Amino acid sequence: MTGQGRLAAWGIGLAALVALPFVYRDPYHLHILVLILIWSFAYTSWSMMGRFGLVSLGHGGFMGIGAYVTALLWNHLGLSPWIGIPVSMVAAGILALIVGYPCFRFRITGHYFVLVTLALSGIVLQVITATRDYTGGSLGYTPNRASGNKLLALQFDDKTTWYLIALGIWLFGIVVWHWVDRSMARYALEAISEDEDAAAAAGVDVTAEKLKITLLSALMTALAGAIYCQYQMFITPDTVSGIAVSLQMVFAAIVGGLFVSLGPTFGAVITILLAETLRIGFGTRAVGWDNLVYGVLLVLFIIFLPKGILGSLLDRLKPQRKVPRAHEQEAVQVARPGT
Amino acid sequence: MGMQAFLDIFDIYLLEAVINGILLGGVLALLALGLNLIFGVIDVTWICYAELVMIGMYAMYFLVQYYGISYFIAAPLTILLVALLGAALHYLVIAPLLTAPPINQLLATGGVLFVLQSFATVAFGIDFRNLGIRLPVLAFGDMNFSYARLLSFLAALVGMVAVYLFMTRTFTGTAIRAISQDRQIMALMGVDTKRIYLITSAIGGGLAGLAACLLVLQYDVHPFVGLSFGPITFLICVLGGLGNFIGGFVAAFVFAEIISLGGLFSDLEWGYVLAFAFFIVMMFIRPAGLLARRR
Repeated sequence: MTGQGRLAAWGIGLAALVALPFVYRDPYHLHILVLILIWSFAYTSWSMMGRFGLVSLGHGGFMGIGAYVTALLWNHLGLSPWIGIPVSMVAAGILALIVGYPCFRFRITGHYFVLVTLALSGIVLQVITATRDYTGGSLGYTPNRASGNKLLALQFDDKTTWYLIALGIWLFGIVVWHWVDRSMARYALEAISEDEDAAAAAGVDVTAEKLKITLLSALMTALAGAIYCQYQMFITPDTVSGIAVSLQMVFAAIVGGLFVSLGPTFGAVITILLAETLRIGFGTRAVGWDNLVYGVLLVLFIIFLPKGILGSLLDRLKPQRKVPRAHEQEAVQVARPGT
Repeated sequence: MGMQAFLDIFDIYLLEAVINGILLGGVLALLALGLNLIFGVIDVTWICYAELVMIGMYAMYFLVQYYGISYFIAAPLTILLVALLGAALHYLVIAPLLTAPPINQLLATGGVLFVLQSFATVAFGIDFRNLGIRLPVLAFGDMNFSYARLLSFLAALVGMVAVYLFMTRTFTGTAIRAISQDRQIMALMGVDTKRIYLITSAIGGGLAGLAACLLVLQYDVHPFVGLSFGPITFLICVLGGLGNFIGGFVAAFVFAEIISLGGLFSDLEWGYVLAFAFFIVMMFIRPAGLLARRR
């Protein structure tokens, strides 16, 4: 596809997406679309660092901070989400730097990095549960309904408004993805993901580059959490933080494919439709069955289709386009520690 | 109450917390040993390790409460069951992914975590259940210790000694240690790596089963109980150095002390937070692990 053709396709697709809620108004379907867009943004945020071999299972923690800090500031201090969201993003960013800096500075990579970040999301979950006097613990938390200005409180009853907001946020994520894709940082990070020592020898500041992308990714994930909270108006530690949410992000990004901008979006469409179909299919009587089937499918999928659906599809469509870069030959190459 | 009396009581509580920390450390060390063994030999991290423990705790609950089997007969049965579960996990999920990128192996065991949690939810419901065995409290001077913790600590030590003897005194154990040193060459030496991997997975599972038998004496079982000690086990393994058995052992006791002493001043959850903060600080001081030689 030529550059102009690609741009035209994006334009037409976007116009159709914007026009959709004015033509089609089924509230349930719009609700699913909003969820898909918000989670797509979260998965895209994860893949920003995931595509460079930085496999984080701590993003559930960043998302939880985004959601809870925004809601807590609103309920306890009456701080508008317009201020609360940036504050929550800064909080997530600081946490990302505190955990990321020693990891990157001291070359904690591979299994070690995964386990450290995994523990991070577990700890955030513990903190939310432990501060149950403020956060409601595992019973969940509801931001107070705004009595005055709805815009100031970022609370809307109208699904169409939320759809457009979610669409904007999602588009922002895609734009950032492309911005990183075209930047010098991308080449530096690709070099790092292939060989850290060689990259360092070539003049790449390994720690700084990794920290920058981690910070960006954490900020965006916190934003996703805050938007999710404002839309759903109810959050529990299990739906916005913890190991399960982190795994869900990684899984969706891998399903969709990591190395194309729409991959995580595609992953969100598939996983959310699957979860929703299973949930409705099993009904309310069979609690847990949907997750059981979901988990089994997840394992089967990773064993039999490790490159992701969109990734595999694109590979088949244009195999002659280019020789894959070394780090693309595996879904994500994780450096071995210590050896 | 005078200042001196306050200090006396505080000291007693402090000493009690220190000793409770040591007792908790035994079980954590057992978990770290299992995870380290799997990582050291097969080069895979079982994210779902704590969920195997959860299944084992349910097995204990049903054998003892529902079928009325004695605790000491139920325990070996549970250990055997979880050992089989570990072998099955390797055979069904890890073996097909041995040559896949590590992230896929991690994700697959993450999927198993989902499966085990939702299986427990479907099969047993989300109620908290306990064994209903009330062990006496051991009074020592002014301090009280739970007999269950003491028993757990001793059993964990016995379990670790048994694994140590198996690894050093038997041919299979020697082969397992050799494989962890060089994966490729051992196949050429006539060792059936597939069989060794299966045995190692079964031992890893068995250790989770033993931990389950001990934890069920102190904690209620529910489908998400694994989340309360899974993350801490991972931190212990990273701090001790993945695959480093002695490092894991030392780190387990350090973490147990932090959790126990942190819990003295507030909730147990804050003990975990304190442990995580300590972990971050330790990364700056000893990035390659607690017992690593400085390069």
